Order: sequence, then C-alpha cells, then structure tokens
Amino acid sequence: MTDSFDKIIHAYRETGGNVITLLQDTQEAFGYVPREAIDYFSEQLKIAPSRFYGVATFYAQFRLAPRGKNIITACCGTACHVKGSERILNSVARELKLAEGKDLTDDGLFTLERVNCVGACGIAPVFVINKKVHGKATSEKILKEIRLIKGSTDAEK
Amino acid sequence: MGTGGVASGGAEVLDAFKREIDAAGIKARVRENCFAHQVGCRGLCAKDVLVDVAIDDARVTYQFVKSDMVQRIVQEHLIENKPVEEWRVGEDYELFQQKQVKIVLSACGRIDPEDTDAYHSVGGYGAARDVLTEWLPDDVIEEIKNSGLRGRGGAGFPTGLKWELARKARGDAKYIICNADEGDPGAFMDRAVIEGNPHSVIEGMIIAGYAIGAHEGYVYLRAEYPLAVERLKLALDKARRRLFLGKRIFGTPFDFDIKIKLGAGAFVCGEETALIASIEGQRGMPRAKPPFPVHRGLWQQPTVINNVETLANIPIIIQRGCAWYASFGTEKSKGTKVFALTGKIKNPGLIEVPMGITLREIIEDIGGGIEGGKALKAVQTGGPSGGCIPANMLDLKVDYESLAKVGSIVGSGGMIVLDEDNCMVNMAKYFVQFTQEESCGKCVPCRVGTKRLLETLERITKGHGRKGDIEKLEKLSAGIKAMSLCGLGQTAPNPVLSTIKYFREEYEAHITDKKCPAKVCKALLIYSIDEKKCKACGACLRICPAGAVTGAKKTPHSIDQAKCVKCGSCYEVCKFNSVERN
Repeated sequence: MTDSFDKIIHAYRETGGNVITLLQDTQEAFGYVPREAIDYFSEQLKIAPSRFYGVATFYAQFRLAPRGKNIITACCGTACHVKGSERILNSVARELKLAEGKDLTDDGLFTLERVNCVGACGIAPVFVINKKVHGKATSEKILKEIRLIKGSTDAEK
Repeated sequence: MGTGGVASGGAEVLDAFKREIDAAGIKARVRENCFAHQVGCRGLCAKDVLVDVAIDDARVTYQFVKSDMVQRIVQEHLIENKPVEEWRVGEDYELFQQKQVKIVLSACGRIDPEDTDAYHSVGGYGAARDVLTEWLPDDVIEEIKNSGLRGRGGAGFPTGLKWELARKARGDAKYIICNADEGDPGAFMDRAVIEGNPHSVIEGMIIAGYAIGAHEGYVYLRAEYPLAVERLKLALDKARRRLFLGKRIFGTPFDFDIKIKLGAGAFVCGEETALIASIEGQRGMPRAKPPFPVHRGLWQQPTVINNVETLANIPIIIQRGCAWYASFGTEKSKGTKVFALTGKIKNPGLIEVPMGITLREIIEDIGGGIEGGKALKAVQTGGPSGGCIPANMLDLKVDYESLAKVGSIVGSGGMIVLDEDNCMVNMAKYFVQFTQEESCGKCVPCRVGTKRLLETLERITKGHGRKGDIEKLEKLSAGIKAMSLCGLGQTAPNPVLSTIKYFREEYEAHITDKKCPAKVCKALLIYSIDEKKCKACGACLRICPAGAVTGAKKTPHSIDQAKCVKCGSCYEVCKFNSVERN
C-alpha cells in the first residue's frame, strides 16, 4: 500500500497539487480513501489529519469506506425526480434488501447511491449501473439488470 | 457524453457504420453524427441515436437508429441513393430547430470536438488571433460591454464591466477562471458546450485573459462529467501544440495557459468565493463580499470568474461585432440563452433561444407540448435557486427582468416542465432538501433555516401539517433570504415562496384536508381494491412486499390498510385498473 501512497505523493509534489487532488488520486487508486492513506500523507507532508478529514467529508465525491462490487447510481436530478426516480429507487432498495439509511448490501455485492444530477436529463429517469447509463428507466428494466448481475455472480460461485 | 448518445448506443451505431461501409467497399465520409450527438449538441436527446447521411449537399437525418438498422441504411441510401423513408426524422425535428437561434451552439453538432481543424474550418481561433495582434485590451472590454453580454451562470452581471474592474484592479498576477461546476440538478448546458466545442471555451478564455491582463487560467470542472474532462484535456493539449496556448502565443509577446481543476461534488462551489477556496484546496465555503474576486480572488489576486456559456459567446461576439450580437434579445437582456428543456415535455433537449422569447414558444413550438396529452401545470426555471411559473403565465418573456418579476430566475438554464401529476409541495420539498444538504454550514440562517424549512415541508407532506404552517414558511423564508451569507442561502427559499404564491391551494389541501391533489405524497395516499373490477389474478398479491394484500384464486383481493406501506407496486402491476389510489 505504501508504494501506491508514495506514487500519489510524488504526483502531488510534481504538479503542485493540494489536499483535494491528493484525495482524488487516492480514491481513483483505491475506490475510496483508506484511513491508512490519510495517516501516511499526514506524516509525510506534515499536514494535520483533520485537514484531510475536513475536506473529505465536505465534498460529496469522497468515500471513507469501501464500496460494493457493483455500483448502482440513481440520478436524483430534477428531471428524474419529476419523472418518478424515487419510486424506482425504492423498489431497487427493496430488491437489495437495504434498510433505510444503508447503501451497501450485506454481501458487499451492491452499493446503491444517489447523485444530484448526471446531466442526461433528456432521457430521464436515469440510472447508472457500473458506469453504464440506462436512460428512460423503469423499475422493471433496472430490477432485470440487477437480477442479471446477481445471476452471473451466483454462476461464478 | 456517456449519457444521451452513449446510453442509446451511439458508439455501437458508429462502429456499425464504419464496418458496413468498409464491407461495402465504398469511399464515403460519414459525418460522425452519433459522435456529435453523443455530446448532446444536436439537442434532441429524446430521439437518440440521430444519424445524418450526407451525399454532397443533400442531408438526410435518421432517428432512433440502432446498429441493426445500419446495414439497410448503407445499402439503400449510400449505395443505391434511396433514403430509407420510414426511419427519417419527423416534422417535430424541424419544428424543434425552427425557433432556435444558435450562437453558442452554432458549431456544436456540426464539428468533431476532438478535431482542431474542424474548429478552424468554422473560423475558430480567428477572433483570438485578431485580438492579440490588432486590438488593445481596453478595446476588447469596450466591445464586450457594448454587446450587452451578461453572465450566463445565473446572476447576469455584465461581463464587460467585470472585466473592466479586474483590468483596473492592482495585483502581482491576475487570473481568469471558467466556472464549469454545473451543479444545478436538471441542467446540462455547460457539459454540452465543453463536450461539443471545447475550443470555443479555450478561445474565450484567451481573449478574456488578454483583456484583463491574466496569464493563467483555470477551468473548474465537475468530476461527474468524465467525457467533458477528457475532451477538454485533449483540446488543451492540441491548442498547446499549435502554440495557441503557452509562451508567446500566436507569435505575440502574450503568454497564456490553462489548467483544469476538478470539482469534488459540492453545489456551493458554484459560488465564486467558494470556488476559489476549492481551487486552493480548501473546503469550499464562501466568504463575505466585498472584497469581490475582481479585487481579491484566487491567491488574493484580481480574478475574473466567467461561466462556460459566457466565455463561449466571446469569440463569436469579436468575430461578428457587438452590434450584431446586441441585435438579438431584449433591451436589457441581449443575445441568446441556452436552456436544458426537460421534464414532462414531448421533445426534451438542449435549446438555444433569443432572450425575450415567450415560454409558450419554447414549450409548445420547440418542445412540442406536454407528453402523454396531460395538462401543463408549471415551468420550473433556475433550479434550486429559482421558482415555479404557473401555466397561466405562459406568455411571459424569458429574460432576466421578466423572470425575476414573477419570483423566478433565468439561472444557469435549467427549465423543467411540470404537468398535472406533479405535486408542488413535493417540488418545494425536493429543492429545499437539495439546498439543505448542500448548505456549507458556515452561516446560521442558511444552515438552520433550510433545515427548519425542510422539517416543516416534510411534516406537511406526511399529513401532519398545522394551521399557520404556510405563514411560518413565508416568514422563515424572508429571514433566510435577507440574512444568508451567499447566493445559495439567499435564493434557497425561492422554490417555496413561488409555489406558495401560485399554488397556495395545494398547500392548503395537504394541511387541512390531508390530501395530495396530484397523488404524489405517499403518506397521504390510500390504496384500495375495487372488488367489482378485480379479476383475482394474484398479481398484486405476489408483488406486495408487506403481505398486505389478502385473497385467493377466484376471491377478489383486498388491502389491509394497517400493513400497507404505500409503495404503489399493486397499483402499477394491476392490468385491470382495479387498484384505486386516493
């Protein structure tokens, strides 16, 4: 892990980066910002850990815990909202058996997250499943995709 | 962009064309419109994927193209020169374009954004070259002032004046920042411009830099727009290679370069001082103004922050002259504005219209009216900082002053059409929830005020509204507007105030009758099954997650209200319309 951390610090020094770019690079490499990374950067760069946490918790982009193997992103922009994204989101949460306030399934297979707007309002409502954008979404279509992923994971086992 | 075109299979269609054309062994240059469309610049996202087939000057546009349709198009149209009539775009495609005036978007959808020569072919970088070799900075500022251009990010501050202030300000260095942190939910104008014609933004920044005396520029871009990031990076590299950026650009003594800074997902960073803090690597929290960024901005130096669309206007104004630009629009709002027309509209998409056009023209003529034959209820403009304009005000002109007069704003350009199925209290709650989450927490009126607004709205939509709630919302809103530190808080109550102003009876229905007239607010709905219509098919029984539906084969079903979680699954699944929602 420290090798990767050193690489990120190197890039930060090369390009005259800042705390935000450092955390962005870390998340890019690990999918989230591990606690070990902050400890290491803090020690190496003589920047208080609180500054890292301050920035990481301020911006929606940063995650301090690992995410599921598959990421389902529900766009909650205005166009999607008026076209009923909330109802689809609820049925996805039910399908994944996610309790209120939780976004990661117990088996670590899915993360269900909301974003403010992916900017594809012309084809609302929009869901993004593992970076693939699904426009004009319906509960049926999205649940089908999820079951497909579940099915192929079960097959692998 | 990774959405519109790509989501509908734009890349696959393009590949299919390349394959089929190779296989047919013909020499043809396919205008890469699924590529151009993918960037959203054609505007008409609802008809994805759009493909143009141009043989000499005759151009035919196809809609809803899928890769399995490509072979027939190549065979019949390209080889036999007989267009496939049934797949061509319909009348509404023409109507969608007719009332639009494309200035900012003029090259979007026509040129390949990854090709600098393509931008050259439409006069690209000509304005920057002229300005740098023949104009004095003060003349540039004068020209922009005379064009009447106002900031397209939302506030509408005169661009020329902003530049003049920064030019006159004293500092060791000066900066120009392009604000591409398009955070309004329901808006995608800036993304489309950067993806569709990134060089126009770069050229605008070069001219702005020259005018104010800045040698360094930043583009503060949302990380949520990966394709825009990629295209802009590529465009910057190409511009550098041609010496349009770097040292002594265009062979003049002027040095200028641009860096990209990626935003990390905070709506408040669209505010100028918060954006500056974010570029400096801090939490993006606004500070009190004055001093304004034109005097003390990035690294405490004079800084101009312009929106993407504002900057993309600059090269064209220089090329065609301020008088030409000012001939569009109204007395105080000149030129055109790009809007993201979405929601319950037949033809949603990206449009550019002259200022002063009426809402009716936009919705009925360009957008083709409301989808599904429903009735228009309201138009929401300006996102979380804007308001809802009711259907009876459709003849309102769209410009800065007219929209402000009715309690909304032009904003960055989101325009969301709402129909009879949308609940206005729910809309207000939606926007307040957004601003409450995005409030940075620095000042009390915004941090606590929006929270209290949200609590009250939640109570109302859950059926616990009390007499006097509406007045309480109004009073609280007035306080938040007057006392918040930055634009986020100052405008956050607008969605609440405008919906109360025009749809007060809907609030009253929620509070007094405990009913949601649009049947949106979950807690106020009651689902029941009409035994006469029920065919006892068992569909609702199987889908109900709460086991609230009882009944058996040949016995009409019914819903146990105590168990019902009001998810609406039974309502959606019933093929016989026997589930009632009241």
